[in-house]
Amino acid sequence: MLIKEILRVALTAIRANVLRSFLTTLGIIIGVSAVIAMVALGEGAQRRIEEQISKMGTNVLTIRAGQRHWGGVATGETEDLTVEDAEALRDRSGGTLSISPELSSRVQLAYLRWNSNNQVRGVWPEYFGMYNLNIEHGEMFDQGHVQGRRRVAILGSAVAEELGTTGSLLVGNKIQIRGQPFEVLGVLEEKGDAGWFRPDDEVFIPTSTAQFRVFGGRRRLSSIYAQVSSTNAMDAAFADIDRILRREHKVRPGDNADFSIRNASDLIGAFTATTQTFTMLLAGIAAISLIVGGIGIMNIMLVSVTERTREIGIRKALGATKKAILFQFLIEALVLCFMGGILGVIVGVGGAEVLSRIANWDTVVVPEAVLTALGFSAGIGLFFGIWPAQRAAKLNPIDALRYE
Amino acid sequence: MSELIIQTDGLKKYYILGSETVRALRGVNIEINSGEFVSIMGPSGSGKSTLMNLIGCLDTPTEGQYWLNGIQVSDLSDDDLARIRNQEIGFVFQTFNLLPRATALHNVELPLIYAGVGAKERRQRAKEKLELVKLGDRMDHRPPELSGGQRQRVAVARALINNPALLLADEPTGNLDSVTGEEMMAVLVDLNNSGQTIVLVTHEKDIAAYSKRQIHLHDGIVSKDFLHDKAGVQA
Ligand SMILES: Nc1ncnc2c1ncn2[C@@H]1O[C@H](COP(=O)(O)OP(=O)(O)O)[C@@H](O)[C@H]1O
Ligand SMILES: [Mg+2]
Repeated sequence: MLIKEILRVALTAIRANVLRSFLTTLGIIIGVSAVIAMVALGEGAQRRIEEQISKMGTNVLTIRAGQRHWGGVATGETEDLTVEDAEALRDRSGGTLSISPELSSRVQLAYLRWNSNNQVRGVWPEYFGMYNLNIEHGEMFDQGHVQGRRRVAILGSAVAEELGTTGSLLVGNKIQIRGQPFEVLGVLEEKGDAGWFRPDDEVFIPTSTAQFRVFGGRRRLSSIYAQVSSTNAMDAAFADIDRILRREHKVRPGDNADFSIRNASDLIGAFTATTQTFTMLLAGIAAISLIVGGIGIMNIMLVSVTERTREIGIRKALGATKKAILFQFLIEALVLCFMGGILGVIVGVGGAEVLSRIANWDTVVVPEAVLTALGFSAGIGLFFGIWPAQRAAKLNPIDALRYE
Repeated sequence: MSELIIQTDGLKKYYILGSETVRALRGVNIEINSGEFVSIMGPSGSGKSTLMNLIGCLDTPTEGQYWLNGIQVSDLSDDDLARIRNQEIGFVFQTFNLLPRATALHNVELPLIYAGVGAKERRQRAKEKLELVKLGDRMDHRPPELSGGQRQRVAVARALINNPALLLADEPTGNLDSVTGEEMMAVLVDLNNSGQTIVLVTHEKDIAAYSKRQIHLHDGIVSKDFLHDKAGVQA
């Protein structure tokens, strides 16, 4: 029953100063809601990346050009990756790797009076298998098209619509790629949004055609992709590629390679680390505002103890123990913080929802973050409430009664 | 009937204000038996309130001993003192000291809350005491809505709620007009007639006349201590 009286007194005190109580808890409200919203943002980004990577196929290695080294010193120039490198990888890996070079750029497309600007990728037929891209209408191009530098194109599922028509109608017709006529061989199945890799919006043509007919004889590849038969064979494939390309590029043993080999999970790792750092940073800033909020609570509790010195004296004269007074003010601070915490959760969850709607930004409210933020705010109530409460509890009854 | 309830031996209380020491009590020896009605008299500043606060366990002496019901109070812990204030002593102050935002009923219940009494019994007992001081119809009023006399009666009801061994009143009529003051004293006389031990502080002869014994303080020392008749004349 004492706890009931203590709660009653705490609520009465808070209600007696609604505005002051609200302003006091504002720091907590902002802190808690910021923590929740920030973690929700970070988690949303995280989930999105994981989703994208899982769509990409985790057994594909990406080879990019790196810096040329001369006697162990980076020269700042980058060595080209060429189609010959890709061929060497294909021919000398003993058939364990499925290889495709890639040459890509954004390019103007046209069909009748329609125009569109899309990513065009010059690839080998193996490319489609790596990313599980399947034909919906028409057919794939093959090695023959590559060798003949043929002007043929496979369109992503959304491209036809951008050109004012539908995929099935476009198959067999000619579209213009950078002003040159290309026959549409096939249209891909819809793949969905996969982040930075959006095959639905892209156009795929043979590497050779891209090199010599679209990009004006450019030798330099954007990347080479190598699909490994199984994830277990990843390390062996890594070593194979390294060995073959070092020989191709005449890199001396012991020198740094002038290319980089990365797998998808490296990519995930890199992105995850970045988003996590970012989330921690934001959540940390939010946590600081929680602490500032706690100091506000302490301040107002000290004021409250001073204002109610006489009341404390009366209660002590009537038999309230030190503990009873201590709890009364501690609970008042706790209730304040907890109310702030609850309001903060509401604002934070609402804010995350609004962000995801307005900014079209994925947010995932993490229950652990909500509980942690609530617990943290209660902890702050305890931590910053204890000192004012102790001051109240230590008051000598007669001094408190005499206080004017 | 006449067991010793208060006994002090050389009670001293000094206040140190900067370089100056105020000797509020300079060695007070008194004995009060249960059932007595005692007035503590003396001019302003003679140490009456200081003595009352020591007797009421609201403060601790600088020197000397105090036994309440045979218990050496200076040996007790803070929690024990809180329990004694709660159970053994009822205190009525000159300035009432009610909680302004709580109803009369809640004010009277307060000591029972700290005594750990359940809500239902608390209400019941608080109502009884308020009826005893003839405030049965003002239970839900808050102190600002009550007259001075009514407030002081709420304070008396609160002081009596735990059936204390000792009722202490420090100038209970000091903030009341003479008619209301006399009514207040009638209440105390009734209580004493039914066996309640009362110690009262006053500087007014008329008020002291309601009691049965007077202890006079002068400069922190007992100057006179005598029984008196209804007119306040030494027996
Ligand atoms: N808390 C205190 N601090 C300093 N001096 C005090 C304090 N309380 C009382 N005194 C002094 O002690 C003396 C006795 O005070 P008090 O007991 O209140 O007298 P009375 O009640 O008889 O008027 C006075 O001189 C007063 O100023
Ligand atoms: Mg006084």
